[in-house]
Amino acid sequence: MGFYIVQFLTGLSSASALFLVASGLSIIFGVTRIVNFTHGSFYMLGAFIAYSLVGVLDGFFGFWISVILSAMAVGLIAVLMEMLILRRIYQAPELFQLVATFGPILIIQDLALDIWGPEDLFGASAPGMDGAITIMGTPMPEYDLALIALSAVVLGGLWLLFNKTRWGTLVRAATEDRDMISALGVNQKWLFTGVFFLGSFLAALGGAAQVPKGGASLIMDFEILAPIFVVVVIGGMGSIPGAFMAALLISELNVFGILVWPESTLVLMFLVMAVVLILRPWGLFGKPEAPGQHGQVGAPEQPYRPLSRKANTLFAAVLGLLLVLPVFASDFSLVLVMDMVVLSLFAASIHFLMGPGGMVSFGHAAYFGGGAYAVALITSHFELPMEVAFFMGPLGACALALLFGWFCVRRSGVYLAMLTLAFAQVAWSVVFQWGELTGGDDGIIGIWPSPWLGSKAAYYYFTLFFGVGGIMVLRRTLFTPFGYAMRACRDSALRSASIGIDVNRQQWLAFAFSGALAGLAGSLFVYSKGSIFPDEMSLARSFDGLIMVLLGGVKTLAGPVAGASAFTWLDDVISRLDYWRVILGSLIILIVLAFPQGIAGFFRERFGVWFGQETDT
Amino acid sequence: MTDMGLAVRSLEKSFGGVIAVNNLNFDLPVGQLLALIGPNGAGKSTSFNILNGQLKPTSGTVKFKGVELVGLSPKEIWRHGVGRTFQITATYASMTVCENVQMALLSYHRRLYSLLPIAARLYREEALALLEHVGMVDQENRPCSVLAYGDLKRVELAVALANNPTLLLMDEPTAGMAPKERIELMALTNKIVNERGISVLFTEHDMDVVFTHADRIIVLDRGTLVAEGTPEEVRNDEHVRRIYLGSHHA
Amino acid sequence: MKRLEIIKFGAIALFGGLIGFPASAADTITIGDMNAYTRLAAIAGPYKKGLDLGIKEINAAGGVLGKKLVIVSRDTQGKPGVAIKIAEEMISRDGAVMLVGTTFSHVGIALSGFAKQNKVVYLASGPLADAISWSKGNAYTFRLRSNVYMLASMLVDEAVKKNAKRWATIAPNFAYGKEAVSAFKKVLKARQPDVEFVAEQWPAAFKIEAGAEVQAIENAKPDAIFNATFGSDLAKFAREGRLRGLFKDRYVTSLLTGEPEYIEPLKGDAPENWYVTGYPWYDIDTADHNPFQEAYNKEYNDYPRLNSVIGYTTAYSVKAAIEKAGSTDSEKLRQAMEGLKLKSPLGPIVFREIDNQSTLGMFVGWTKLKDGKGIMIEGSYRDGANFTPTDEEVRKMRPAD
Repeated sequence: MGFYIVQFLTGLSSASALFLVASGLSIIFGVTRIVNFTHGSFYMLGAFIAYSLVGVLDGFFGFWISVILSAMAVGLIAVLMEMLILRRIYQAPELFQLVATFGPILIIQDLALDIWGPEDLFGASAPGMDGAITIMGTPMPEYDLALIALSAVVLGGLWLLFNKTRWGTLVRAATEDRDMISALGVNQKWLFTGVFFLGSFLAALGGAAQVPKGGASLIMDFEILAPIFVVVVIGGMGSIPGAFMAALLISELNVFGILVWPESTLVLMFLVMAVVLILRPWGLFGKPEAPGQHGQVGAPEQPYRPLSRKANTLFAAVLGLLLVLPVFASDFSLVLVMDMVVLSLFAASIHFLMGPGGMVSFGHAAYFGGGAYAVALITSHFELPMEVAFFMGPLGACALALLFGWFCVRRSGVYLAMLTLAFAQVAWSVVFQWGELTGGDDGIIGIWPSPWLGSKAAYYYFTLFFGVGGIMVLRRTLFTPFGYAMRACRDSALRSASIGIDVNRQQWLAFAFSGALAGLAGSLFVYSKGSIFPDEMSLARSFDGLIMVLLGGVKTLAGPVAGASAFTWLDDVISRLDYWRVILGSLIILIVLAFPQGIAGFFRERFGVWFGQETDT
Repeated sequence: MTDMGLAVRSLEKSFGGVIAVNNLNFDLPVGQLLALIGPNGAGKSTSFNILNGQLKPTSGTVKFKGVELVGLSPKEIWRHGVGRTFQITATYASMTVCENVQMALLSYHRRLYSLLPIAARLYREEALALLEHVGMVDQENRPCSVLAYGDLKRVELAVALANNPTLLLMDEPTAGMAPKERIELMALTNKIVNERGISVLFTEHDMDVVFTHADRIIVLDRGTLVAEGTPEEVRNDEHVRRIYLGSHHA
Repeated sequence: MKRLEIIKFGAIALFGGLIGFPASAADTITIGDMNAYTRLAAIAGPYKKGLDLGIKEINAAGGVLGKKLVIVSRDTQGKPGVAIKIAEEMISRDGAVMLVGTTFSHVGIALSGFAKQNKVVYLASGPLADAISWSKGNAYTFRLRSNVYMLASMLVDEAVKKNAKRWATIAPNFAYGKEAVSAFKKVLKARQPDVEFVAEQWPAAFKIEAGAEVQAIENAKPDAIFNATFGSDLAKFAREGRLRGLFKDRYVTSLLTGEPEYIEPLKGDAPENWYVTGYPWYDIDTADHNPFQEAYNKEYNDYPRLNSVIGYTTAYSVKAAIEKAGSTDSEKLRQAMEGLKLKSPLGPIVFREIDNQSTLGMFVGWTKLKDGKGIMIEGSYRDGANFTPTDEEVRKMRPAD
């Protein structure tokens, strides 16, 4: 009995830690609709700063003062970020702010490395709470109980704040209906800034409070991101009690799950998230999003026109340059261009779905990596020749997208995005865990092109053919009835249903189409690297793709190509420098501020007339 | 009545105990303009959304040309020849006026999954003919996002006509329009009804529009049908005066 | 127009990049090194210092074949795809004659596939995966560190003495952990057939729910525990285990824990009386180690970590291979690496001809708290040559080249 009580309390204590961080993310999202990736970095900073302060301030009170102080400090840093960066781009297209929150992650990583050094810092036990009490014969660490108490205090405090203060009421109103704030005559700027402070304060509080349990390390930021997104989504975006219940659910399932199924540690929470989203579209305590809340912010897209003659000439010139490149460029230049082409195709497949399709995928790496794995598995298990296996990439990815997409397209907006993320993580966990079939994290190696494509130049032309071809197919499809119908479903699902379009099915097939093209990119990738590893299915790969699209510009068809090329090239040039992350992060922020419409969007605005773009306002 | 019209029988809809539509019965013969009026919350939109297939009724039947519409999806109802316009216009902002109509034609001709042709080149002539009909042909190449509201309503009308409907459901067709535009739009609707021999069911707040253009009027109050007849009859109905016109002028 | 200037600059830089730079000059030999310099800074940092020290010494002594060694180091970010791209660049643009480095096993495996395909010698200095020397081994890939199987086997001699019947294992949920547990089980069972494994816990790497895992092991009532977690997972496991009394009267044996990289961050929470593999630099007094430690201390005013030894030995392996080959030709280098003998700070090593695995060993000993810090006592060196599977088993596992 004591064992089960203690196991339950252990789960409760890890739920507490998770809740503190996740509630902050939920509040920020609820009000500002920003998917804030920097949240994990604030959590990490909270831990580092608290670690340093605890070394200075002694004793029981010293410890807790350190925790509060570090949370305050991080809250102020977050305010700085909000005021300097995010404030300037609230009017940018949907999700664009996500890129802006990606830049600071990279900067904070390098700063933390520079200030606190590379080694994991393991925190000392909290003064006065360094022992364990015994519950029915089973020891239970005191600090775990303190964490539970802390989250109860925070939960109560948040309840008071949101129900008993004017500011809290405003925040709640803003969460439910953004238009309401301006109607209430509230200064929206400062409301957002305040919310950012509170949310980031909570992130850092969570980070600081777990110093005695873990300490501070440089990988904390990414490790916490997936779990807190899961918690926020399961609980319902914007809901504090939801975040608490979700954290509790996940943690308890986890602590009891490992008793019966010890390998479940990777996959469990994503399975739970997928199941919850399928059964309860808006999470446990969430409310349906009002139509338009996740829709197009800013001016709608211009109608599609065929390329002007000048633009066609430019395209032909670039293609011509790419075709003669092997004559004078080094092997490595070919490799770099191949990477650009492959990632451009991947980004274009995301853009297809996210821009004209209106379905944001946070998990497109599942189809990129899925395609690559389909090729690798069929090659290593059945020894099929490359000429056949290559096409398993798009086919396999398409099948996977049909399966996942069926569920995803029945949701919209950020819940659709989160469901794609959940499925992608489940797929990743299966590949990672199922070592007998997939090689697990050791991957599958030795997947090289057939001898006739053995030389760099030959495979370069092959990549160019399928990569550029794939991008052209995606683009061409947007002009076909299929592409128009997909865009129609995005513009107005209501209208589409009333002119006889089966919206779900149209979106489902579009999802699969996009997945197939991502799989084609995966096929090209696996043969160019000769191997495939679960990394290529991971969250990081999905987000890379998303960043490329947003960097390039969602509302232009050339955007993903521009974004992927720029990102790949920047990454290659900069990553040979020390502290490349500070540089890349700063560059991303600069680009975001200079070109809120994305790189291609900027060029379109500037030089659109030159290319014969009509604008009608 | 004939088999060709719309017949609504014993229609009921309740939301968690609140009755929105209560035992609604009416007929709409071919070629008629029927107005559905009533104060806010009378159940007009609910009835509309049931006819359109967006809501399932709690009980009752809706027969159109002898076919039961209850239980069919909006898509299937549309295939049976029911067109729809919305209170707040629903058009494709990122497409041109002509493309909006072409979209409906693509659906009508079952080309939605077509992956080869260029959509903008398909059914262009047909679309232009429909736009001609509603007087929007000169703006066919403009994006819908920049149109004046009255023009959007016309585009919607052209879109709704794309599948050769025999019944048109129009939710507040003149909402948000200037008086002159209202008259023009309803005159246009009248003309189309006469030319094409279709029936129209519309809701409307503007009583001038209703009494000038409707052939017949039915009045809902709190989900129940309280009066039915020609504009003249309804205008003189005591009940209507009391519960509807009375509150309207209050 | 400022922005246009930037764009112009970008275009020029891009074009310059595509055409490529000339390869390295004629009087130097370039070695391509890569590691997870940002993701695993605490491991890769000391490795780099050791490598640089070795290269500096070699060049000061006249270089190799009359030429200076040049190291090009790049960050893999812990991603196999990035590593392959860098490898391509090092070979085609920097003119690297061989590749060295990496810590993450999957990155090492990716590079080994690249090495085989492109017929380039790759010395995997840091990764531990058995697969690199065995199931995914190839003629062009060599590995310096003892692999997981060898390390786990080193712990078995002592474990057998304890004669514990009920064992529990805990290891991170990825290939390294799986290999460690399976090797330990296999070797222990061979020596002590009546042993029983009553619990296996697989926390997600770097995300351990330490309290719950400790409880789960406690619940199985084992006599002894084999641990393969490391880094922050180890720290959390050690603290929760102590608080919850898991280690009381239990024999614990643990992989990697005695390496300074892992035991030092634990500070006062370092476990006591665990039997571990590691590197007690403070206790090593041999003719091979002393000069290295002095040179390292002099260069960096710091003591060496285990990965400093790995980096340093990598440099000298490269030197020995090129000297033996008398050339930088890939094929000659490959042949030279086979059976290559040299001295490392830990003792003489040889790259086995049968599987290209070096015999670099490791220390085993007991953990102890001293002045609030974890150290390793009674450390004694285990030569890797004595802890490999039989030649026959190795041949069976290794694919034909």
